[in-house]
Amino acid sequence: MKKIKYSMLTLLGLALVFASCGDQGKSSSNGALSSSAAEKVYVAPGEQDDYYAFLSGGYSGNLTVYGLPSGRMFKEIPVFSQFPTSGYGYSEETKPMLNTSFGFVPWDDSHHPDISQTSGELDGRWIFINGNNTPRIARISLTSFETEEIIEVPNSAGNHSSSFITENTEYVVAGTRFAVPVPQRDMSIKEYKGNFKGALSFISVNPEDGRMDLKFQLLMPGFNYDLSHPGRGKSHGWFFFTTYNTEEANSLLEVNASQNDKDFIAAINWKKIEEYVNNGGGTKMPANYAHNVYDEHTHTATSTMKKEVLTVDPTQVPGAVYFLPTPKSPHGCDVDPTGQYIVGNGKLSADLTVHSFDKMLAAIEGEKFDGEAYGIPILKFEDVLAGQVKSGGLGPLHTEFDDKGNAYTTFFISSEVVKWKVGTWEVIDRKPTYYSVGHLMIPGGNSRKPFGKYVVAMNKITKDRYLPTGPEMEHSAQLYDISGEKMELLYDFPTHGEPHYAAGCPAELLAPKSQKIYRLDENKHPYAALGTNDTRVERKGNEVHVYMSMIRSHFTPDNIEGVKVGDKVYFHITNHEQDFDVPHGFAMIGQNTSELLIMPGQTKTSVWEPKTPGVWPFYCTDFCSALHQEMQGYVRVSPANSNIELSWSLGD
Amino acid sequence: MKIPFKSTILLLSLLMLSCGGKEEKKKEGFSVKQQKTTTEKAVETPAVSGDKASERVDLTTKGVGPIKSLTLDEAIDDAMAAKGKEVYDQMCLACHRIGKKFIGPAPNGVLERRTPEWVMNMILNPEQMVKEDPLAKELLIEFNGSPMANQGLTEEQARAVLEYFRTL
Repeated sequence: MKKIKYSMLTLLGLALVFASCGDQGKSSSNGALSSSAAEKVYVAPGEQDDYYAFLSGGYSGNLTVYGLPSGRMFKEIPVFSQFPTSGYGYSEETKPMLNTSFGFVPWDDSHHPDISQTSGELDGRWIFINGNNTPRIARISLTSFETEEIIEVPNSAGNHSSSFITENTEYVVAGTRFAVPVPQRDMSIKEYKGNFKGALSFISVNPEDGRMDLKFQLLMPGFNYDLSHPGRGKSHGWFFFTTYNTEEANSLLEVNASQNDKDFIAAINWKKIEEYVNNGGGTKMPANYAHNVYDEHTHTATSTMKKEVLTVDPTQVPGAVYFLPTPKSPHGCDVDPTGQYIVGNGKLSADLTVHSFDKMLAAIEGEKFDGEAYGIPILKFEDVLAGQVKSGGLGPLHTEFDDKGNAYTTFFISSEVVKWKVGTWEVIDRKPTYYSVGHLMIPGGNSRKPFGKYVVAMNKITKDRYLPTGPEMEHSAQLYDISGEKMELLYDFPTHGEPHYAAGCPAELLAPKSQKIYRLDENKHPYAALGTNDTRVERKGNEVHVYMSMIRSHFTPDNIEGVKVGDKVYFHITNHEQDFDVPHGFAMIGQNTSELLIMPGQTKTSVWEPKTPGVWPFYCTDFCSALHQEMQGYVRVSPANSNIELSWSLGD
Repeated sequence: MKIPFKSTILLLSLLMLSCGGKEEKKKEGFSVKQQKTTTEKAVETPAVSGDKASERVDLTTKGVGPIKSLTLDEAIDDAMAAKGKEVYDQMCLACHRIGKKFIGPAPNGVLERRTPEWVMNMILNPEQMVKEDPLAKELLIEFNGSPMANQGLTEEQARAVLEYFRTL
């Protein structure tokens, strides 16, 4: 049997070779038979990918970085979760990053990365991502690829319609999925309807350093706000949110939130609200939320609790908020590159609903309302509808766009990506995915300037795509070439955690400016030992501070005596390397925390509370040179009542 | 197999020696005579003069790197040397101690053995030096394969460090 299979494969292979020979020079649009999918994804050893792809980690709480078209994973960037690989969330410097009003939260569910934009085009300064469970927004530098800032979002719960940015990165927007009592209070769950609120938060981004500040919160009716996207071009100044559970059910939502024929897309004129609050509008409300900032010079994060938030009642700002009826529990809320069309991906519908921005403005102008919901005008469905895509697929979730006027929509239930023409709404192509696709990503596909070369489909179900690894498997992604009329499935690769969403950009936007080292002469860490002469050990009561340095391949000092049981030992370790890609690690036997991975020029701190007298070794965890195994040291721990003087040395 | 075991004993005994307060009884190290590790000479680079690469004098080789030609003034520029000491203390001292072989060789008198160009190229371009310069290759082996780190000094900083070496 096997032999037969192999020879058949060989024949097929030969046939493919012949087929592709005959096709040389012509553009290929007829799928794998007429071109080599392998060639298109093959990035030869030593060569680099054309695109960066940033995939959310879902329940990993982090963000992963991939290359396209190879599908190779380059890095996992720790964001909302402790990460022992680098010591993020374990080191003294980074623990404050995970502080919240609920205390230290070591995990989150990260969902929707979005790259900063200028004039509606990707500018590659930062990438934002939301923590869904304990509502937070993070900003990650696309120079250092490190999380620089996390802001908690008060009055929110299930921070899902986030973290999308306006076209000049004026705001990063965070909408609540769960409606909750605002402010939180003890009340009957059954009193939800009419009482709970849905907060939509507009967080300003400082154009100089990216610092975030919660500018205002719009307190909307208690629906579920699912996803959102900014207006762009002509619709810049507006933001669009899909809603579901306009029924305001508080139990068995699977049934009770699927009763209405149509839910809404909420259209928010944020410029109008910005003007309102700049003129003193809105109500300040007591709040408690954490704002955590990592300083790149001190290599240290600080957490500040903020005590107030400016809230806005939408009925107090006439002309700022409207509802666009949209069938049926829409998920994705996507705006085409021109800003003219707003796509509602009604996940329980077979059709896609596309609204027209121009028609929406005309309907508002003509005050053609179809009633109101809690004082917010509802526009007539027919008045704002631009068209419907009747694809025959089931469960549309999310649409992205290419640079040729086409749109690509995922259909979860029918497991496919459907390509259709913006404006005519005709279906051009459809390709299966493996299996049950959630979101998809075209680099720049949520901007004025998409790069329509590839689409990545991120699937929820893996089943038989890879060698089985027990009940739990990584999710699968598929890469399609979308440069031709028909989509071509090129490649299949596993992804880490559960990617809910992704953002991508051309490699040349980030690669040339990617940081290589931290400069020692810019290191302002208060506990840094910047030169070997600064290394020392100091005692302050029962705290022992070790100012340690590391370079290939030794620690200074590497012998320490005079530590006692009951001491709290802080190892402040500075990596003295100034060369690209020479990190060192640090781990102490029995330490109740993770190791540290310290980049060249960086200082990190690890705490150790020795419990037993003895001589305890530490070592470098990152293979740093031929003498890496020699990179080690000892700390002598004496009984609490001993009188051994502190001493330290290297090579003596 | 035997040597690591013996080294462990040596380490342990050293450790015991260094106990300060509660001193344990000194134990002698093992007494088997061991030969010190000798440097294996690279085949393609026969020694010119002297046994060790670190002791050999070569005042013609300029090394591989950005510095092609450098003439030193008769007089030492004290200000530059002071600046060089600052850079040296921060960037170099971890491995190079004055007057003492440490991770790398001591810088004392290096200009009696090497050209200024060679020294600066070794500072500025160590990765290529240990691959292509015969002396640097031998030095890497002599110093246990511990690589000279590229500390990212500017040419100006490296020049200042060189001036500092002249004062040693």
